[in-house]
Amino acid sequence: MEPAGGGHRWRPHGSPTGSRPEQERMHKLIQCAVVGSALALVLGVRPAAAQVDFSGEWAPRFHEDQPERVPGPELGDYLGIPISEAARLRADNWEASIQTLPEWQCRPHSADYIWRGPSQLTIRKEEDPLTREIIAFHAEWLRSIDNTIYLDDRPHPSEDALHSWGGFATGKWEGDMLTVTVTHLKEGYVRRNGLPRSDRATVTEHWMRHGDFLTVVTIVNDPVYLTEPFIRSTDYELDLHQHVPPYPCEMVTEIERPRGTIPHHLPGTNTQVQEFSERYEIPFEATRGGAETSYPDYRKKLKQMPLPARTRPRIEAQ
Amino acid sequence: MSRQPSPIAHTAREHDKGFGCVGARVLRLLCASLLCASVVLPPVLSAQQSDIRVTKVRDHFFMLTGAGGNVAALVFPQGITLVDSGRLEMSDKLLATLRTLSPLPIRYIINTSADPDHTGGNEKLGATGGQITGGNVAGQVADAGEGAEIIAHESVLDRMTAPSVKPPLPIRMTPGTTYHVEHLKLSTVYHGDGIELFSAPAAHTDGDTIVYFRKNDVLVAGDLFSTTSYPVIDVERGGGVNGEIDALNHILDIAFPDFRLEGGTLIVPGHGRLCDSADVAYYRDMVTIIRDRVQDQIKKGMTLDQVKASKPTKEYDGLYAGNGSAYTADMFVEAVYKSLSKNKAASPVRAPALAPKAAPAGKK
Repeated sequence: MEPAGGGHRWRPHGSPTGSRPEQERMHKLIQCAVVGSALALVLGVRPAAAQVDFSGEWAPRFHEDQPERVPGPELGDYLGIPISEAARLRADNWEASIQTLPEWQCRPHSADYIWRGPSQLTIRKEEDPLTREIIAFHAEWLRSIDNTIYLDDRPHPSEDALHSWGGFATGKWEGDMLTVTVTHLKEGYVRRNGLPRSDRATVTEHWMRHGDFLTVVTIVNDPVYLTEPFIRSTDYELDLHQHVPPYPCEMVTEIERPRGTIPHHLPGTNTQVQEFSERYEIPFEATRGGAETSYPDYRKKLKQMPLPARTRPRIEAQ
Repeated sequence: MSRQPSPIAHTAREHDKGFGCVGARVLRLLCASLLCASVVLPPVLSAQQSDIRVTKVRDHFFMLTGAGGNVAALVFPQGITLVDSGRLEMSDKLLATLRTLSPLPIRYIINTSADPDHTGGNEKLGATGGQITGGNVAGQVADAGEGAEIIAHESVLDRMTAPSVKPPLPIRMTPGTTYHVEHLKLSTVYHGDGIELFSAPAAHTDGDTIVYFRKNDVLVAGDLFSTTSYPVIDVERGGGVNGEIDALNHILDIAFPDFRLEGGTLIVPGHGRLCDSADVAYYRDMVTIIRDRVQDQIKKGMTLDQVKASKPTKEYDGLYAGNGSAYTADMFVEAVYKSLSKNKAASPVRAPALAPKAAPAGKK
């Protein structure tokens, strides 16, 4: 080892001493090679460049499943959803008044359901100030939380980490489509009539932009409350005249109850689950949902089922 | 509107904080690439010591999972305050994991109950540390500062020192400081935070404690709350479902959500993942609904076997049964039934603490 300050310059092993300009040129070449290799490695591990810019203001379009979205689903309507028996039981015993409890008044829709909410959407992109790479999208609706989708290849947290309404979401480009993987979700719902979605669920989203239209497909996998993946698509249109304002939700006493009261129906006592079947003259068995009811072939079976007697006035969809 | 930073969700740029100036950041990026180890530390640290996983809750507050019941650790300038100490047989691994967090002595161990998966490491972990005392006293009273101070509700001491516990537990495994009132405050300077102990009578057992760290805004629930099983209601040791529900509502009283019912006060359950108040609210709802069902069935004159056969927990079993816990849905239903049946009230004679050697790690 050369003593510090010994005045010797480094040179490649076995090379002639050479002149000073040659040494400097060689030194620069080696420096360039090292930096170049480093950059290649960096570029090699960086996420693929963004293909489409999703940022902007988006207005929901309700041509798909409008009655379910606005005004909202009917009690007992589980049609077309691949729910498990456990999910059906929970929904049957669900009492809408539970949402008046202080703990639930400010609950936002979870990441998988919020796409089907009635609210406008804003998507912001977050850039690295140095490289200008898009490192995250932030999707936020009125009354929602900020749903962050990381694009920088960070790993998902461990199974012990906190869950949230937005979950932990990471995105990968597949051509012009952004595929998002969501884990660490809090318990939510697949329909606003008590059909639950557990905190064990994971969600895959596909974001696709065609001009001023945004289509997002959500695929929910829930080992507890779904028997098959639950797939929905939702459309939005670019809207330059909207803005998502803040929503400072305050909890209030909506209904005075004895402390500790949780609204719910005891098993087998909820007659409201019959209403949907009777109002729309749909066989009750069909309204109970399950994977079978989500396939086209189920129409043949429907025709063989007896219709319920209409006992309630029919409400036409708007 | 930006969401406040939380242990799992924040802006991508916040995630990068700490890289320093731009030059240093670029340098680190290059170095990391050259080493082919472009590690971006996740908010939750990966496994450090074999079976024990460490989750960073706050800057100096950690949840350790895999040693039995969850263990909470607050690292402060004078040492470490622990809540619970895991199983006896996991003490060495737990201690080794703690040493990756801090070389400082363990000053205090607060027990949330007398359960062996929460108190098993009391003696071994406590012996490595020492409570903050002494000054001029040290040397005159030989053992004044020896060993961490173990704090619990007095029922925990009663259970662990009951004559029926054979063989008797080592004295260093049992609490040296107890409280018997509803609420006790521990000082900020000596314990690393303003710590509040809330008694939860007749819940999981008759000696449960909710531990709340005020400045860190972290609540440790012990076995009053779990994400992996129904609440273990030990009727023989003074537990009851109504006390359990009261305790869960008390936790919700203490906790403040940050924004839209998430974040804010973070809650360490007795078993399972890190939580916040919304997770507790879901759990409270579930326990209350099942309590109401069983209560209704008792009013109708149904026997325990009939109640069990009706499967009153059915739609929740996918969440709280079969996750590696030995506590089954039937055991929970039986405990609820017994605690609600007046003629089957808890025995006035105190049952002892369970033996400190029990099921394998991760099991209850």
